[in-house]
Amino acid sequence: MTAVYRWEIQKLLAQKRTYLGLGAAMLVPLIFVIVLQFQSGGPNDVPLGRYIRDTGLAVPFVALFFMSFWAFPLITSLVAGDVVASESHNGTLKTILTRSRERGEVFAGKVLAALTYTVVVVVAMATVGLVAGGLAWGFNPLTSLSGTKVSTGHGLALLAASVAVYFLPLAGIAAFALMLSTVTRNSAASVVGSLMWALLMQLISVLPGIEGIRPYLLATQFEAWHGFLRVPADWAPVVRAAWVCSLYTALPLAVAYLVFLRRDVTED
Amino acid sequence: MSDAPPVAARGLIKRYGKILAVDDVDLTVEAGDVFGYLGPNGAGKTTSLRMMLGLIRPTEGSVRLFGRDPVADGVKALDGVAGFVEAPLFYPYLSGRRNMRLLADYDGGESRARIDDLLELVELRDRAHDKVAGYSHGMRQRLGIAASLLRNPRLLLLDEPTTGLDPAGMRDMRALVRRLADEGITVLLSSHLLGEVEELCNRVAIIRKGKIVYEGSLRELLATAAAEYRLRSNEPERARMICLAQSGIEKVRVDDGEVRFQADEEAVSALSIALGQAHIGMTLLAPETASLEDLFLGLTEDDAPQEEVA
Repeated sequence: MTAVYRWEIQKLLAQKRTYLGLGAAMLVPLIFVIVLQFQSGGPNDVPLGRYIRDTGLAVPFVALFFMSFWAFPLITSLVAGDVVASESHNGTLKTILTRSRERGEVFAGKVLAALTYTVVVVVAMATVGLVAGGLAWGFNPLTSLSGTKVSTGHGLALLAASVAVYFLPLAGIAAFALMLSTVTRNSAASVVGSLMWALLMQLISVLPGIEGIRPYLLATQFEAWHGFLRVPADWAPVVRAAWVCSLYTALPLAVAYLVFLRRDVTED
Repeated sequence: MSDAPPVAARGLIKRYGKILAVDDVDLTVEAGDVFGYLGPNGAGKTTSLRMMLGLIRPTEGSVRLFGRDPVADGVKALDGVAGFVEAPLFYPYLSGRRNMRLLADYDGGESRARIDDLLELVELRDRAHDKVAGYSHGMRQRLGIAASLLRNPRLLLLDEPTTGLDPAGMRDMRALVRRLADEGITVLLSSHLLGEVEELCNRVAIIRKGKIVYEGSLRELLATAAAEYRLRSNEPERARMICLAQSGIEKVRVDDGEVRFQADEEAVSALSIALGQAHIGMTLLAPETASLEDLFLGLTEDDAPQEEVA
């Protein structure tokens, strides 16, 4: 298993699109900080937006908010949507499936690699945002969503926890992209399709009269980290994100797994 | 288990919608064979090989490799088996060597130590650090062989290994296959090139439109169809009468002033004596050997229902 996973990572490291997504994830907070350095206004109506010039700690949180709409779904599906389709495209599936690894193992390696990439891009974004913001405005205590001050050290812990819970809905998008990648065998279709899926989820979440189902939509889970920034912490959205996202992740992965296990490997 | 033949396909069928790509194929490759799987393009050779390698599932029937079933046993059925279908393909963005390392690791990693030797064997060592994207077709074909040999196979399945190679490349590839066979590896080689099969293989199966129309030794195939003799003489009509009267002479007919018949060598020599005794002068008495090509075309191009050969 570890050898398959390691090589999946090696494959990602050897492909341009990996760096395209990673580079974009790191550039967004950087550009954000630079623009705010030259402008007087700020993102006052987003969570923590009005404190953005108080402390660099606020920057990654604000970027998490902005990038949940399409940037992270796109970056995630850019890799997850390609990870099986590119093997079909290159015709290499037949090459690796005639060695000594079962299909399930190969599939698991791909899923883990795609999820690893998702973690890496979010962590990279948060790190770049934190450092750039800190250099611009210092590492001062953070004002929580409840209005109370949070020490820098505690703020960093909250950032780590927020990044972790933010990963959950992205895993759902990655799983959807992986499913499309396996079923369509087409990278572009998978990337576009899973971005559409993410946008559709957001569209549904702003429709009127759906208050009852809104907590269970994928888009809503991108806000679960707000719970950590309340004093005392509100665990309800975090717990809900955990189980809701595990469903959004498990179902497409199960479909993809079954298709991958049974598919006829041909060059068409 | 050890007695099980390297390849045993029984009643193998693959249907794509209404298209019957492989239609009830029975095939046995014995240990030590260099087995030619011969047929025109699109006859079902590659589809058969895909089923053998477990890449696609048979619609019906089964394949056993050394007694193991790729459908039920997964990649465990490929223990000691290596090969490729269509052109061998690699990660274009990785070097030849890195592709080999990857595949060695997919096999468990023990074969990593042999990568350099194998790259040397297929004459790719100088280019091993270049990305496969820049390899020619022939180089990829050779890398495919090296990647297969990484598995230390007892059975090698090769799908048209010389297709797309230049004449020197074809010669080298055939020499390599011959060498591997001499080392004791059983080889199943698909081809649409008769010369190649004639040169390399001891046994053949000929497939046409998904059906096996002949399976057996190459020599027997040539012998079965080689039996027509031509007899030219100064008295064709009397010669024909003698042929008809002679035992062991069959299917006598006259064509363009020559008598033609089928017989074994013994009957032919008896006939020549009989003709001499009847004072008939012969100017020609010779077997007309059908070439493998004639046989192949006869077996694969005839649109009439196929008859059993041999």
